[in-house]
Amino acid sequence: MIGLFKRDLALAVRAGGGFGLGLAFFLIVTVLVPFGVGPNTGILSTIAPGILWLGALLACLLSLDRVFQLDWEDGSLDLLATSPLPLENVAAVKALAHWVTTGLPLVVAAPILGVLLNLPGPGYGWLMASLALGTPALSAIGTFGAALTVGLKRGGLLLSLLVLPLYVPTLIFGALVVTRGAAGLDATTPLALLAGITLATIATLPFAAAAALRVNLR
Amino acid sequence: MSFWEYANPRKFMATSAMLLPWVATLAALCLITGLIWGFFFTPDDFRQGSTVKIIYLHVPAALMAINAWLMMLVTSLIWVIRRHHVSALAAKAAAPVGMVFTLIALFTGAVWGQPMWGTWWEWDPRLTSFLILFLFYLGYMALWEAIENPDSAADLTSVLCLVGSVFAIISRYALVFWNQGLHQGATLSLDAEQNISDVFWYPLLVCIAGFVLLFVALVLYRTQTEIRVRRLKALIAQERMA
Repeated sequence: MIGLFKRDLALAVRAGGGFGLGLAFFLIVTVLVPFGVGPNTGILSTIAPGILWLGALLACLLSLDRVFQLDWEDGSLDLLATSPLPLENVAAVKALAHWVTTGLPLVVAAPILGVLLNLPGPGYGWLMASLALGTPALSAIGTFGAALTVGLKRGGLLLSLLVLPLYVPTLIFGALVVTRGAAGLDATTPLALLAGITLATIATLPFAAAAALRVNLR
Repeated sequence: MSFWEYANPRKFMATSAMLLPWVATLAALCLITGLIWGFFFTPDDFRQGSTVKIIYLHVPAALMAINAWLMMLVTSLIWVIRRHHVSALAAKAAAPVGMVFTLIALFTGAVWGQPMWGTWWEWDPRLTSFLILFLFYLGYMALWEAIENPDSAADLTSVLCLVGSVFAIISRYALVFWNQGLHQGATLSLDAEQNISDVFWYPLLVCIAGFVLLFVALVLYRTQTEIRVRRLKALIAQERMA
């Protein structure tokens, strides 16, 4: 498991792995928003929580089709399926690697982008907390979607159609945490619900992803 | 005599061919009676005027939009557990019907909301969850279309349907948390003495029955079509082999 995790990390970080692409996308989305809605700082600070969460979500989505696609093409997924490691663990490790390469950088970069969008002072802690707790759910759900569409020629667009509706609860609670936090209110209730969603998806979706992978490898 | 003998496509085809004209005729009768009764022979509401009459389309369509997904969930489970092909095809057949019912509910709701709430659309939990349900239907149908191997398609869409059901329920409650609603709460329940005034209630019941029968008829018909398509493909494949 650890070997697989290291291998996935190495593949993502080295040239052509697409590491940082999600981060750059996140940056560009955030920079483009003021061009769309105008440089009014009042408006920007009200919509900042939503924009930051939406940007993080889209950045996660962008790198999802790489989770299984390359391994499927060169046959290493078949090797993983025949190895003694259960496919459920493979799916969980893939989700973890995806989170470390996309989710974690987003958590670190989000406060800087929050400054650009004039996010109110008390919001920063809540922003990092909600992204840290919420992005693992995005990775777990996304890995399931990637497993569903791995065998398809043009799965990318379909993947977003399948995965985005599943992101709704995470997005709602995540953005709500930051909105309430930025307004100076207590945001522990949505944060707890967000953590609940994350834990539930981590616990259950690797099984669904493994089931989908087995069908696709048949 | 067991329920499972309908897993045999031949048996299913025979029984559904026998049932279909009856169900379809009954559905047409119920819908014609219910809608004409509801539209022309019920009084206008005290405050809402004649716009209240849209409930004869809105309520049954919304009801069946959710129940269609529920039926797909059950048939998907049957496919996953017992691997009866008819069951998977019934789920496939029900999806577009459910999607259209969702659209009808959304559209009639918008038409009613414009004069009543003063807006075509409101980000209310109920409205939004129906929009999300619509997206789920779209994704489900797109996945069926995208996969060539019919067995893999049935498997993967079943998994999607199971996961999607859970997320649909979570989304529903997350949305309540997210925004206070403008939509009224549930009016109809099975254990209430009287839900709404009888003059509205009886035509509504007839309309609901009509929509249920319409759904059953359409699903039977579309499942028959799917089975025929599957048979045709098998015949073509045989021709090629020979």
